[in-house]
Amino acid sequence: MKLTGAQALIKSLEMQGVEVMFGLPGGAILPVYDPIIDSPIRHILVRHEQGAGHMAEGYAQATNKPGVAMVTSGPAATNIVTPLANAYMDSTPMVVITGQVATSSIGTDAFQEADTTGITMSITKHNWLVTDASELPEVVAEAFHVATTGRPGPVLIDLPKDVSNQMMDWYWPEIVDLPGYKPNTKGHPRSIASAARMIKEASRPVFYVGGGVLKANGSAALAALVAKTGIPVVTTLMARGAFPDDHPLCLAMPGMHGNYTAVTAMQKADLLIALGARFDDRVTGKVSGFAPGAKIIHVDIDPAELGKVRKPDVPIVGDVRLVIEDLIEALDRGEAGEMPQADLEGWIRQIQAWQELNPLSYDRDPSDGSLKPQYVVETLSSLTPDGTILASGVGQHQMWASQYWRFNHPNTWVNSGGLGTMGYAIPAAIGAKVGRPDKMVWAVDGDGCFQMTAQELVTASAERIPVKIALLNNAYLGMVRQWQEMFYQERYSEVYLSPDLPDYVKWAEAMGCVAFRVESQEEVAPAIEKANEINDKPVVIEFRIDSREKVFPMVPSGASNDEIVLGPKYGGAS
Amino acid sequence: MSGTGPNFVPRSLPGGRSSSDISHHVLSVLVENRAGVLARVAQLFSRRGYNIYSLAVAPTDDERFSRLTVVVDLESVTLEQITKQLHKLINVIKITEIDPLDAVEQELLLAVVAADVQTRSQILELAGIFGAKVLDVGLERLTLALADTPEKLDDFTELIKIFGIVEVQRTGRVALAKLNRSGPRSGVSRGKAS
Ligand SMILES: Cc1ncc(C[n+]2csc(CCOP(=O)(O)OP(=O)(O)O)c2C)c(N)n1
Ligand SMILES: [Mg+2]
Repeated sequence: MKLTGAQALIKSLEMQGVEVMFGLPGGAILPVYDPIIDSPIRHILVRHEQGAGHMAEGYAQATNKPGVAMVTSGPAATNIVTPLANAYMDSTPMVVITGQVATSSIGTDAFQEADTTGITMSITKHNWLVTDASELPEVVAEAFHVATTGRPGPVLIDLPKDVSNQMMDWYWPEIVDLPGYKPNTKGHPRSIASAARMIKEASRPVFYVGGGVLKANGSAALAALVAKTGIPVVTTLMARGAFPDDHPLCLAMPGMHGNYTAVTAMQKADLLIALGARFDDRVTGKVSGFAPGAKIIHVDIDPAELGKVRKPDVPIVGDVRLVIEDLIEALDRGEAGEMPQADLEGWIRQIQAWQELNPLSYDRDPSDGSLKPQYVVETLSSLTPDGTILASGVGQHQMWASQYWRFNHPNTWVNSGGLGTMGYAIPAAIGAKVGRPDKMVWAVDGDGCFQMTAQELVTASAERIPVKIALLNNAYLGMVRQWQEMFYQERYSEVYLSPDLPDYVKWAEAMGCVAFRVESQEEVAPAIEKANEINDKPVVIEFRIDSREKVFPMVPSGASNDEIVLGPKYGGAS
Repeated sequence: MSGTGPNFVPRSLPGGRSSSDISHHVLSVLVENRAGVLARVAQLFSRRGYNIYSLAVAPTDDERFSRLTVVVDLESVTLEQITKQLHKLINVIKITEIDPLDAVEQELLLAVVAADVQTRSQILELAGIFGAKVLDVGLERLTLALADTPEKLDDFTELIKIFGIVEVQRTGRVALAKLNRSGPRSGVSRGKAS
């Protein structure tokens, strides 16, 4: 069968089981947009290529399947650079296809030419410039293989226009053979056995759970390991939902804005079992002061993470789900099997005491009648169905979302961790809803973030993707304001946005959404309930929140986690 | 942005470090012979702030592969971290860490030396001692070539400096592990990365 390169690309995507792609056409990618008309793959037309990338990421985070985006060359390729960098940092599987000028024009500064593979080299797991149409099925198969195996991540296929038009003989590669890429998924039995012994011996152990557990579909295995050992769990920003917040052993989020107990338990631990986590600086604080008394078991699929920040006592390279399963068995076998597990009762009691002493808290009954963001998130969490997916932007609202939402299921938290990309929420929520139409999808967004990617609500309206946005409008680039207040003597520089410019309700309505504004605590629950009823359109609720509210606790940048600042204390917390 | 530049360390370092410096390690990297591979390796070093002391690229007997010989300068990162990050490049097939003590190493130097009637014979004598070849002779200059170990090249450069070096170029070293006679310590290949 003879196909054009463009047809071969689309057919290859179909062979990969792609159901949906996000994109926006243009000159260099035009040939590929023609066969899309006849393909069962759903194409969602975005309003900005950054939106296409973040939608693909949101889709991937909610489904654990690779997200696919396709854009044209030059400015479109550079517009999708941010999502690639974001997906690279958060190890999100994504395949991006970019158009490129014809091979004969490459290197001549042709119209809309950009060195896409060069630009994206350090923010993709791998990229390909296709120079012959006959390579296409092989390259697509390789691209999906690389994106989804080992440590997942984004890949990019750069496709020159003449290659799209070139004829080729169709084939589909049965196997992918990349001689330089053989991820090791099985943990070394001897390391697993010594990890098991260390777990038995530890009297103050903590599971330090990172996003890798979600990538590996490891939540059920983790739950079994916790049930077996009774060891408490912290879930990093990337791992919220990997272990249920409602479980008594869940200490929730550690790190710069983690709660006191999660931070302190790690600091005082004698053993940290890091599972698919990478000792990010937002978790460790000053590395030399991080968990000083803890031995480290570090499990990761990426060998380069082991010892990158903190030298592990037991490094284990492998798929974290498989390693957890092996670990559960190893606890009953050999030398470890004969050892009794150390008594954790004192440790658990200590942890409970910390929880009682310093729970997350905020002013639930502000005398000035202001609306607190934490109240909004808490109410939203309690009024939405179990399993609701929550997306978020980047800033204070993201931290409040992570702190006050009850995460009880894997892949229900869609956020930008490593890169911290403002504007992630709206497109990522749309992608998540496309991937999980059966689930309610909310986004908690900031006013600054909203203004960066709001145009994608037009996409949501046009494509009938009923996402719901809780816009926490504090009239500020709040997170930056907080740093200026705390560390720059309240010298506010370029952080004020205005509460009513733009008018968010009118703007949302103009984009085809249902929108309302909430200014007081009493209005919160009714507004959320109203939004929950709407299933045919996107909804935006603008919450006018207290501008002065800060995120606490906080470990100041560069400080040791022992220097955690708790902020004001309020009684009557949950 | 200090400390994140292209990371090609100049040859003559202020501290007078030489080619045999302790912080230098040699990696022999077998890569797929594909467009852009060198760029990927160079960009990885640049982006992660690793220093390349010298880099040589050459085809191998198998046309599917090329071999890079990278001399890395270990300042803040471990060799282990560098090899692990290199392994993450899809086109990198195999990395062999060559212990300089257990390797045969060669590098090529070309030097244009000021040589008038009085000094010419002394320079030629020196060239003879080192086994350098005379490639070109001008009225007041000589172009010499020397292929030897990096340390010998250092010594030779020191000595011809006295006469006045007009221009000097070195290729960066290539290295192979010594042949197995009594169980060498070299050729430790590291595990594959994801
Ligand atoms: C693209 C981008 N630009 C700048 C920043 C730096 N930054 C981090 S949080 C923040 C403020 C975000 O404001 P908003 O969306 O209103 O959220 P808030 O903190 O007020 O909840 C800024 C500017 C960033 N993370 N991303
Ligand atoms: Mg704000």
